[in-house]
Amino acid sequence: MSDVLNLVLFSGTADKLHAAATLAAGAAAMERPVNVLVQYWALDAFRSSRIESDLGLSFDATVEGTKRPVKGTKSIAWLEAFRMAKELGEMTIYACTGSMDTLGIDFASLDPIVDAEAGVATFLMAAGDGQIVFI
Amino acid sequence: MATTAELETLTADKIVDARGTACPGPLLEAKKGMTTVPLGSTIEIWSTDPGTKNDISAWSAKVGHDFLGVLPAEGYDRVFVIRRK
Repeated sequence: MSDVLNLVLFSGTADKLHAAATLAAGAAAMERPVNVLVQYWALDAFRSSRIESDLGLSFDATVEGTKRPVKGTKSIAWLEAFRMAKELGEMTIYACTGSMDTLGIDFASLDPIVDAEAGVATFLMAAGDGQIVFI
Repeated sequence: MATTAELETLTADKIVDARGTACPGPLLEAKKGMTTVPLGSTIEIWSTDPGTKNDISAWSAKVGHDFLGVLPAEGYDRVFVIRRK
């Protein structure tokens, strides 16, 4: 199997984005190429106007989980982890054009950390035979 | 790998103090720190994250650096690596 790590981000909550960013940054540090396809609510989170916001936790957290502090822990923030992944390795972030259309999001309104727009075939070509992880 | 006695007498060319950051912080700091020293230099990563020593060992094997080993310090690990590429 290819060395490339491919992440498909669907969720726009901070916990899931943080989990994805951790994988991406670790893989980049290990000199594994990383492709990220950003879809639906994850794409919404990558809008310039939202990317620095408190994006909350997913329903997976449960009521008890939401009481746990996330900010102020020793973890680096998810956006910082993605930025470090780019700085340290080879990572390309694609905005899913289907999701852009569905949500009415223009590419210009996304944070510059997003590299390009991509349809599914473009992403799958980049992914090659590498593993695809859906988060 | 080096012996504990060898590590204890070793003086690193650069210390990367990543204490207080959680995974993957120390690995990312090590990667950044490695680019600031010439080939053949030894870097020492300080980390309070218990996974760092294994992460740095795996990263060294993958990337091609020499992982020398770990010395436990008070509340943190001292992880030694030689830059090879």
